[in-house]
Parts: sequence; C-alpha cells; structure tokens
Amino acid sequence: MSELAHAPRAERPRWLLELIAAWGFAQRNFFLTKRYFLWEVVWLAYATVSAMSIGFIGVDVDRGGVDGARLTTFLLIGSILWGYLSMIFDLLSETVSWERWEGTIEYTFMSPASRATQLLGTSIYAIAYGVARTALIFGIVSLFFDMDLSNANYFSALVILVLCSISLVGLGMVAAVMPLLSPEKGQQVSSIFTAVLLLVSGVYYSVSVLPGWMQAIAKFSPITYALEGMRAALLDGATLNETWPSIWPLLIMGAILVPGGLLIFRAGERYAKRTGLLKRSG
Amino acid sequence: MPLTTIGPRALEIRGVEKSFKKRRQEPVRALRGIDLTIDKGEVVGILGPNGSGKSTLVRVISTLITPDAGTVDVFGIDALHHPKTVQKMMNRVSVEASFFKKLSARENLLYGSKLYGLTSAEASPRITEILEGIGFRMKRAGEPMENLSRGMQQKIALARALLTSPMLLLLDEPTTGLDPRSKKDVQAVIWDIRRRHDASILLCTHDMGEAEELCDRIGIMVDGELIAIDTADGLKRKYQSGPELPTLEDVFMAATGTTLEEASMEEEEKELVTA
Ligand SMILES: Nc1ncnc2c1ncn2[C@@H]1O[C@H](COP(=O)(O)OP(=O)(O)OP(=O)(O)O)[C@@H](O)[C@H]1O
Ligand SMILES: [Mg+2]
Repeated sequence: MSELAHAPRAERPRWLLELIAAWGFAQRNFFLTKRYFLWEVVWLAYATVSAMSIGFIGVDVDRGGVDGARLTTFLLIGSILWGYLSMIFDLLSETVSWERWEGTIEYTFMSPASRATQLLGTSIYAIAYGVARTALIFGIVSLFFDMDLSNANYFSALVILVLCSISLVGLGMVAAVMPLLSPEKGQQVSSIFTAVLLLVSGVYYSVSVLPGWMQAIAKFSPITYALEGMRAALLDGATLNETWPSIWPLLIMGAILVPGGLLIFRAGERYAKRTGLLKRSG
Repeated sequence: MPLTTIGPRALEIRGVEKSFKKRRQEPVRALRGIDLTIDKGEVVGILGPNGSGKSTLVRVISTLITPDAGTVDVFGIDALHHPKTVQKMMNRVSVEASFFKKLSARENLLYGSKLYGLTSAEASPRITEILEGIGFRMKRAGEPMENLSRGMQQKIALARALLTSPMLLLLDEPTTGLDPRSKKDVQAVIWDIRRRHDASILLCTHDMGEAEELCDRIGIMVDGELIAIDTADGLKRKYQSGPELPTLEDVFMAATGTTLEEASMEEEEKELVTA
C-alpha cells in the first residue's frame, strides 16, 4: 500500500475524529475572519456607533427629569445583547448558504464529519467571536456613557449569557435548514425571522408596551427572556434565584431547540440527498 | 491491474436508478440500472456526453445523492447504510475546484484534512510535501485561491483529495475546461497518483485520449445507461468492422450513433430550451 494509506486517523476513536473536525470548522471561520479583517473593523465600528446612537436617547431623556443613566444602561444592554445574539443566529443560519455560495458544500457533506459536528464547530466559533466582539463594543461604549452598573450581579449575567447563547444556537440550527431545502428563499426567510425577533423581544422597550398579540409572540422568543434576565442582573443586581423567571424558559428552549435543530437539520440533509438539492444550482 | 483480487472490490454497484423530479416536467431518469465494478488498484473511465449521468453517478457513490434503487458497496461496505465508514475511504475532485476562494491553498487544505480527522500537525508536513509534488511554489501557499490559475486550483483539488489517503478516488471531469497545457499537467498528476498510490480510481471524462491513456477499462454512458464497458482494446475489437482496429472515437460513434461532441451539443441545446 502507499505511504499515505497509513494515516494515524485510522486508529482514532470516532469522537476524536469528530472533535478534530469541529475544530476544523471553527478554525476555518477564524481564517475567514482574518481574511476579511477590514470588514471586521468596519462592522465593529458600525455596531459600536449604532449602540452609541441608541445610548444617546437615554442621555437626551435625562434632561426631562427621568433617570437617564438607568435608561441609557437599559438601552445599551438591549442594543449590545441584541447585536451579540443576532450575530450568533446569523452565523449559524448561514452555515449552509455560505458554503453553497463558495461551492464547497458537496465536499463538506461528503466528508465523514457529521452535521452535529459542523454545527458544534460553527457554534464554538460564533460564541468565541461574539463574546470577544461584544466585550470590545461594551468597553468602547462605556467610555462615552455614564452607565448605571453599581448594583450589577455579574454572575447572574454570565449565566444568562451562557443560556441564551445556547438557545440562539438552537434557533440558528433550525434556520440553517432552510437554505438547504430552498437555495434561493432560505436566507430570505431567516432575515424576516430576525426582523420579527427584533420587533417583539423588547430590545429597546419593555415587551409590556406591545399590543397583546405581539406580546404573545414575544413569549416564544428566547431573546425576550435573555434581555429581561440580563437587565435584572445588571441594573438591579438580581441573584440567580431572582432571575429564575428568565432562566427556566431559556433552559427549556435550549433543551428543545438544540436537539430539535439537529434533528431537523439531519432530516433536511436526508431530504436534500434524495432530491438532489445539494448541488449548487438547478 | 490485478485480475484476481483478495477481499472485496473497491467498488461494486448493482442496479442503481435515480430520477429527478422537475417542476411541471417529466422526471429526468439520470441513472438507469447501472452495474459497475472497480477492482482494487484499477482505474475505470466513464466516457459520456453532457447530461449522460456521470456526475450523478459520482454523487451517488460519494453519498451526496441517495439512489431510488440499487446497491453501492465500497470495499465491501454498504454505502447507503454505513455512509460514515465509506466516506472515510474516499474523496473526490470535480469539474469546479470548489474552495473557499478568499482562503489560501494551505488554509483550504488544513480545513479539508480536519474534516477527515487529521490534525494540523499531521497535515502540515504532508500539505507541503504534496503541494511541492504537484509543482506548487510554496511561497504562494498564503495567497487566496482565487489568485491561482484554474489548472493550479485543479491540482490543489487533487492534493486535497490525496491528503485524506482515499482508497477510492472519484474524478469527475478533472480536466474539462482547462487549457491544453494545464490539462497535460493535471493528467500527469493523475498518472502519478495511479503509479504511486495504488488507489482505485473512477474517472469521468469527455476526453477520449485521457480515457485511453489513464484507464484500465472504459465505460460508455449515454442517457443514464452504461451501454458498454471493457478495456480500450476490448471495446475496439467489439466494434471492429474492417480489418483495422477502430479508434475510440469510432467506437463511441458505433456504440451511440453519434460523436461525443454532437451528443454534448444536443444535450446543451436541450438544457437551453428547458432553462
Ligand atoms: N441535482 C439535480 N437535480 C435535478 N436534475 C439533475 C440533478 N443532477 C443532475 N440532473 C439531471 O440529470 C441528468 C444527468 O446529469 P449529470 O450532471 O449527472 O450529467 P453529466 O454526465 O455529469 O453531464 P456533464 O458532462 O454536463 O457534467 C441531466 O439531465 C441533469 O439535468
Ligand atoms: Mg458532470
């Protein structure tokens, strides 16, 4: 046999192979970020500026006798957390459309790496990248604003952050299947979905100001609970116990969305292989 | 070419059928009752015009398309029921190079090998070795793929496949659309793989010369059917009418009633009409 046939991977257990592949997906996304570095800078600036432009609303209101620092902090939490969560959702939901566009999808799908591994690797990168970026934005923004974080309970905030990241990963997985089934329309559907999340989840206002039917939709958005919990933790110093009303819905959603997303994605893969949809176009 | 092989064949396909449903149209029968075997270390070519089903066949073997009927065994393992095991044993090069265009050759190859369970430490020296072997200047290893010529991209696609040590290599028109020089280059790499790596290869092509030069046996595929498969000489003898052996072009003409170019043109026209 050839010298190449004696690869060490032959003896590796399955879980290790999948772990290496998951790392491959994360690393590939890192390479892409590096390659598009200038764009990264542009997006970072854009996200920072848009958070600031929202923050100034709070400063403006301050002159009317309202607690401006609290409102500013409320708004900035909304803007920054939304930026983080919608980015995780986008990165995951674009898993397939990106590879379709590059033309690598068939090579990824014919490799022994499983779909769960692909989504895991993508999530690891999305979360690491998102946390780094969000910390940067938060740092810059806090230079400009007088934020009300004196009571903040950072431990509760961290727990909420972890839980809502997981829920959004699950939601992104569900959305990722659409470009698999419909090369053209899939990405459009997830853009509309993002817009609805932004509207109902109370990013810049309390959900309670929404019309009843929108409030009903808000109950199904993990972002609603993420924002509620995060604001309670950072503004009012809520303990883990006190944020429980936000934590349990996030736990349940994560527990349903992640395995559900995986199942749907696998079913989508099977369907695409039966109908020949993996091919780039027609 | 081993006539008697010990153990299972590299590839054994029986009765594979695949139809694609098209909206408001007759379903396309892309594969009709395909039977095909490849022995260990054997190189089998498939000659066929555009739209004859070559790529569909490659996709069925590489687990990207589930057939409607039939069986596919790779080294004795049922590809439909144990896709994971089979996926580890093969790799593919298609007509489009299919890389992340902004990433470098090295980055693309690192990614490709991780999908098959190779760490960076293991893949790196082999990437250098294989890239040097195909005449790639390593100082370009950091450049985006899109800056490289089509011929070079295609050779890197071969490198990507080799990195994962495939026992079965699927080559789907690896030289179509290349200029004559790059074509020769890529063919030389394939010839080298054949000589050194003892992989079993399925090579789909439009190019008669390529098929004759690189393959142990050649199949002729038309409209989803494999109408003949034999050694080049065997095919020629089978379709011999005069005292002299015909060329492969003549064989194709005799077997299908048309030249490869004509059949491809017709199919392209059909596609234009339906598009
Ligand atoms: N994923 C798909 N969805 C729908 N129809 C398909 C799909 N793949 C192939 N077909 C149809 O099946 C037939 C065979 O196509 P295939 O791509 O396998 O041919 P080919 O021999 O590889 O042609 P070419 O030389 O152009 O690459 C064609 O009529 C094609 O339109
Ligand atoms: Mg083809």
